[in-house]
Amino acid sequence: MTIDVKQYTRADFQTPQEVRWCPGCGDYTILASVQNFLAEMGVAREKHVFVSGIGCSSRFPYYVDTYGIHGIHGRAPAIASGVAAANPELTVWVITGDGDALSIGGNHLIHALRRNVNLKILLFNNQIYGLTKGQYSPTSEQGKRTKTSPMGSIDYPFNPVTLALGAEATFVARTLDMDRKHTEEILRAAADHRGSAFIEIYQNCNVFNDKAFQELTGRETRDENRIYLREGEPIVFGPNDEYGVQLGEFGARVVEVAKVGLDAIQVHNSKTPCPGVPFALSRLSHGPHGPTPLGIFRDVPRPVYEDLMVGQIEDAQAKKGTGDLADLLRSAGTWTVE
Amino acid sequence: MSQDTETEARPAPEKIDRVVIRFAGDSGDGMQLAGTQFTASSAMFGNDLATLPNFPSEIRAPAGTIAGVSSFQVHIADWDILTPGDNPDCLIAMNPAALKANIDECEPGALIIANSDAFDERNLAKAGYDSNPIEDGSLRSYHVLTAPMEELTKEALVGTGVKGRAVLRSKNFFALGLMSWMYSRPLDSIVDWIDTKFGDSPVGAANKAALSAGWNYGNTMEEFHHTFEVAPAALPKGEYTNVTGNVAMAWGLIAGARAANLPLFLGSYPITPATSILEELAKQKHFGVKTFQAEDEIAGVGTAVGAAFAGSLAVTTTSGPGLALKSETISLAFMLELPLIVIDVQRAGPSTGMPTKVEQSDLLFAMYGRHGEAPVPVLAVATPADAFSTMMEAARIATKYMTPVIVLSDGYIANSSEPWMIPDVASLPSFPVEFAGKFNSEDEFLPYKRDPVTLARPWAIPGTPGLEHRIGGLEKQDLTGAVSYDGENHQIMTDLRAAKIEAIRNDMPPITVHGDKDSKILVLGWGSTFGAIRAGVLAARQSGRSVAHAQIRHLNPLPPDLREVIEGREVILVPELNSGQFSRILRAEYLVETVPFTKVKGEPFKSGEIEAKLSEICREINS
Repeated sequence: MTIDVKQYTRADFQTPQEVRWCPGCGDYTILASVQNFLAEMGVAREKHVFVSGIGCSSRFPYYVDTYGIHGIHGRAPAIASGVAAANPELTVWVITGDGDALSIGGNHLIHALRRNVNLKILLFNNQIYGLTKGQYSPTSEQGKRTKTSPMGSIDYPFNPVTLALGAEATFVARTLDMDRKHTEEILRAAADHRGSAFIEIYQNCNVFNDKAFQELTGRETRDENRIYLREGEPIVFGPNDEYGVQLGEFGARVVEVAKVGLDAIQVHNSKTPCPGVPFALSRLSHGPHGPTPLGIFRDVPRPVYEDLMVGQIEDAQAKKGTGDLADLLRSAGTWTVE
Repeated sequence: MSQDTETEARPAPEKIDRVVIRFAGDSGDGMQLAGTQFTASSAMFGNDLATLPNFPSEIRAPAGTIAGVSSFQVHIADWDILTPGDNPDCLIAMNPAALKANIDECEPGALIIANSDAFDERNLAKAGYDSNPIEDGSLRSYHVLTAPMEELTKEALVGTGVKGRAVLRSKNFFALGLMSWMYSRPLDSIVDWIDTKFGDSPVGAANKAALSAGWNYGNTMEEFHHTFEVAPAALPKGEYTNVTGNVAMAWGLIAGARAANLPLFLGSYPITPATSILEELAKQKHFGVKTFQAEDEIAGVGTAVGAAFAGSLAVTTTSGPGLALKSETISLAFMLELPLIVIDVQRAGPSTGMPTKVEQSDLLFAMYGRHGEAPVPVLAVATPADAFSTMMEAARIATKYMTPVIVLSDGYIANSSEPWMIPDVASLPSFPVEFAGKFNSEDEFLPYKRDPVTLARPWAIPGTPGLEHRIGGLEKQDLTGAVSYDGENHQIMTDLRAAKIEAIRNDMPPITVHGDKDSKILVLGWGSTFGAIRAGVLAARQSGRSVAHAQIRHLNPLPPDLREVIEGREVILVPELNSGQFSRILRAEYLVETVPFTKVKGEPFKSGEIEAKLSEICREINS
């Protein structure tokens, strides 16, 4: 795949369209990470399609010099599924936000994941409605005061990773806008995964929900709260790796390594067929509060929707030959008037 | 199959030129199947025909009740007929409810064939009869014949391996055999169908035994001494098949994709009465057809928009409630200027309404049911066979003008059938699409630089090097497609998009006016009212009245010669199955007075209703 593709730079994926996010928005960082990754990815520029819905994040396709559709609110996974099914040769990205993907578009998201359409879905989670200027979203914490929840939100929030695992997504990961190296690692793994890849990106909205991820990003607290999931390694974290994650009948819990011993700590394996293990890990935190896993929760193979679709067409053609219209029009029986 | 030929010589069948037969029973009695097979056998025999299935939306409404009655009417003739017939000449009633639900539509003298086994106290009570109508003389004005179909079916099935209650499932084949005998239909095509469908199974044997028993019963029983024969119709020379509207539509989509040289993609969600288009196309994978059964109506059209962007002939199928859900995405497709075919198989609304019954009440919704200034072409299907060429026309307009096109069919066209002279595939229209492959200006690709004649923008599909571009729902700068909030530009783009649709007006065939072309009275219809209107007009003209008729296929934009066609008429009669929606459009477009003639009773017009209305109008004009 990499053979005939020219060497790109980030500039090859930038468009003349003026980028219009608020200064300081986490979306800029994610855009830079994605453009960097696209330059290195080794897929021809014309083979990429970026599809988005509505929201701040959904302006993303205008800023990436590939093919793209800025669609309608919530429907990006459906539109993108059509692109991918019509031409499985393409690399199709879905750019969405917490309102777009989990509120109005929740249905399309879970169905794209269960079908395992070959889509790379990047969910920019800022836990707020930004484009409509600050209303609570389906990932806002309970009690959050916004313009539409002056006494505090009474909605219980989604944990997007838990939701994706519940829909049996074959690839589920979480990263952080400001950790560009980690973001690019995750993008690489998602690109290498054939099938739906769901990536939740914690993204700071510095205007309407600033510091929502402070516990994971603040200098003082981040080492205590970022649990990096590293393949094949015990899940440990903390300034001196003094904490670890243990799995059992209780689900997943944080323990002190010194008390239980390193052997009792869960060794991360994203390839575990059972979605229960990553599901338990996703329950360590319900939002970005306290110790929160980042990395690849799940990466397992399952037949891809469009491959199955093409397979059925090939099978039908092998059995019946490629369709002949004249035969079709006679397939219900005919008679002749002389 | 052996038919009993040993009985004594019977009188030769009476030759009749046409007959309307209605099979009616409980929704579990297999009446749709019996009717369909009787139709197929009549088609193979060479009759002209038209059918009208009618069934409840419940899969199994309470057995024996009026609500659960399902019927299938077929009109067969030795001449070119246009409708499934106004009133049945022969009614097969498998139970009292079927008799009660249908008897009012039978003219005195009609033949009633009743399954006497089902006329017991319980079923009579369920149907609301105080006494047994086949015995109490209340059917005196009809010619009533009875057969104990259940008992006879049971006897016939001994030895087939089918036992118990399952035996009764074959009684529709008994009725079918009896009717085949009575109307001198060959059984070959039915037997072939049973063999294909059931193979060597006990069910196949049972159905054949019941079919044969029905035939032999007619042949043996003295009271059934009178048989009929409808000779083959003198249709134009050619090879024919019998198609329903939904099947013809599916085939027309395959033909349209072939003509456009594009792969066909259908994104859809099951909804009555559109579902069988999805089912038919799902069977045709060897044509490279991709069918995507989406999670909802919105995703159905959403996947289609994605597939259109990627270079497919993209289609979504639905009925009224689904059209409402798709509305936002149709506006998106209009804004993106991508080809898309939206099929609305209309049913009685609003809301869930009467989902298995016909109506034409989505016309205004199809015309105007979008946010913003978003005119889209609208086409209407007139007959089951017409669905084929209408789909090709929809594909032509969608790809040539880069626009969504809405096609209006309805539940009557969807399920009814008619003989169709199979077209020569080589002579079908061809309109191959050329995707953009290179820059259309000096040094860049301008996704919204338009064709000077059609005003269509270029279609550059992902995978084409150098033409990477973004499209979206936000207003676009003319030519470049970049996001623009400039008011002047929005005016220009709104006007351009409207002008593009308007340009289609000069790209359609002239209207065909039938009958007395210069008559003071014009009947103007659209969609599935075609057959009833044409037959009603014919009848009026045969009784000496002067009437013209035109049926409009292109509803938006309307044909350029429509003004000329309606000008100078004293009466423009507009029959439609809604509350006068097309009349409204005609009045708005042409400032003309029309005479709306409407009904919303879940059934098509009868030709007699049109004829009676014309008589009334003629009397008024002349008085």
